[in-house]
Amino acid sequence: MPLLEVANLRAYFHTRNGIVRAVDGVSFSVEKGETLGIVGESGSGKSVTCYSLMGLIPKPPGRIESGTARFDGADLLAMKEAELNKIRGKRIAMIFQDPMTSLNPYLRIEEQLIEPLLIHEHMPRAEAVKRAIRALEEVGVPDAARRIRSHPHEFSGGMRQRVMIAMALITQPDLLIADEPTTALDVTVQAQILDLIARLQRERGMAVIWISHDLGVVASFCQRVLVMYAGRVVESGRVEDIFARPLHPYNRALQRSIPALQGKGAELYTIPGLPPDVSKPLPACAFADRCEFAQPECRTDEVVLKEIEPGHASACVRVQRGKLKL
Amino acid sequence: MTPFLELRDVKTHFPVEHGLVFRKRVGTVRAVDGVSLTLRQGEILGLVGESGCGKSTLGRTILQLLPASEGTVVLGGRSLTALRGAELRSARADFQMIFQDPYASLNPRMTVFDTLAEAIRAHHAVPASELPARVAALMEKVGLAPRYQRKYPHEFSGGQRQRIAIARALAVEPKLIVADEPVSALDVSIQAQIINLLAKLSREMGLTLVFISHDLSVVRHIADRIAVMYLGKIIELGPAAEVFDHPLHPYTQALVSAVPVPDPAREKLRQRVVLAGDPPSPLNPPSGCAFHPRCRFAVEACKATVPALEEISPGRDVACLRARELQAAS
Repeated sequence: MPLLEVANLRAYFHTRNGIVRAVDGVSFSVEKGETLGIVGESGSGKSVTCYSLMGLIPKPPGRIESGTARFDGADLLAMKEAELNKIRGKRIAMIFQDPMTSLNPYLRIEEQLIEPLLIHEHMPRAEAVKRAIRALEEVGVPDAARRIRSHPHEFSGGMRQRVMIAMALITQPDLLIADEPTTALDVTVQAQILDLIARLQRERGMAVIWISHDLGVVASFCQRVLVMYAGRVVESGRVEDIFARPLHPYNRALQRSIPALQGKGAELYTIPGLPPDVSKPLPACAFADRCEFAQPECRTDEVVLKEIEPGHASACVRVQRGKLKL
Repeated sequence: MTPFLELRDVKTHFPVEHGLVFRKRVGTVRAVDGVSLTLRQGEILGLVGESGCGKSTLGRTILQLLPASEGTVVLGGRSLTALRGAELRSARADFQMIFQDPYASLNPRMTVFDTLAEAIRAHHAVPASELPARVAALMEKVGLAPRYQRKYPHEFSGGQRQRIAIARALAVEPKLIVADEPVSALDVSIQAQIINLLAKLSREMGLTLVFISHDLSVVRHIADRIAVMYLGKIIELGPAAEVFDHPLHPYTQALVSAVPVPDPAREKLRQRVVLAGDPPSPLNPPSGCAFHPRCRFAVEACKATVPALEEISPGRDVACLRARELQAAS
């Protein structure tokens, strides 16, 4: 049984300007110890998917319209707040792009690190502090016993990110959801953080959902990948397959447009048009308007994610029907 | 050939002061600390480095948005650092800047037409009757439909706004543009459009471009040469692909190896040099070579001697005491 199994998740925002279908029928699963990458551009619904699982979308205007998210057998989306609180921050932890969204600037990091231990594990304070110091040492904060008395502003960006990771991992969660935690960091610091999470994952068998728009990070760090566009998964598969044999025109276009995979100085491939406005009616395949292979069938026929080869699925109807080889 | 843009030992230092009434100088941030560089006309120079290395400060110093503490900036034979007041203002027609955030760098109360018309008239007396045609031509040059000229910035996407910012920079027909992280705020698919546009403009108009970015793969793609900065100094300079594929300075090696490659097969084979710690503070830089505390090749001499940027093979400049030795060993 997978650790987390999400089926047909829809999260809409009911705003004055219409219904924003941020997540529109997303299904995926995460195995124990696995790293799943979710890639997509801004507005593709990758963050909202994960926020929905954690009960973190503002309601209203947000609403979970349908779907289940079975974590170890129990449905996170049907749970009462009190039940969810026992899982959130204990068995599922989350880290963000900006560490200051999870750190309280007024409190010493000591208070913030031991809080989950006091709440979830009813640990005596002295023991919790010891464990917090160890957690800081594990993520590579030097001089942890003294630094634990500092406030968040006394740390550099990279160090703050480490403190946030230590805080998220202190309860030894089974699943870590990481929402672009290295986007704002320099590449050398990013490499340190990626190394750190990979090591902790090996040691503890923790599963990770890694949300990113950086294909490089996903290629180096994840085992399986979901590619999202306009609130839907358009392609999923093992990371090698996603990069070596794209099965959806959007995934292919995305890879062709990044400089790292192109010849020096050559004109970069560009995806025409703009990302779609998910509050407006869209063609059956939301990418049809920007797709160089689009045919009338793409705008009318129902789009579902289907396995094309073992473990590698695509939502392109023309690929599914064997009419398009990418 | 005489260089088009020349920096001679440029330093930009900021005083650190203490106290409210009796301000006392307690230190100096050496944001840019002795940069010498020449660019030929039409060249694209990529300026890379991590946050705090001084790359943005250097860009602003070149454009005289920040005064250089020492050294000179010479553009087309004229020393910019010597210019003051009205002279400097009129010289600004030759050089322009494009900023990272197209949401912050455009006036939300001005239409595209107003923004571009103001820029055109800032340096050239253009009769009002000619403005619509000039604005339309500018918009076409950056790939915007002229029918949008009555729209306001908020009606455009991030990529389109960056095009407006580029059009505004081109309005005065500059010879030099400094672009500070012009694609960092944009989505991947939009980045490609802006990179293509800048490359095309530079080619067609003979624009000299200083392209500042922390994203090495973007810089490798667009730049002719790359300058790598660390703590206010250029530590490596050379042709873009060569610096990226065969870095000579230990810091450049670590920087290049830290960039994840979007290719899982190659990623598995790669050896990564993970640097320990954070970059040091420019307020209190280490002695000798500023990189020595994090360098895996550092020897005793590195703590004492500041290495000069030297050409160690044709076109390849490196500031490392052991560069020749390390190059021979590899």
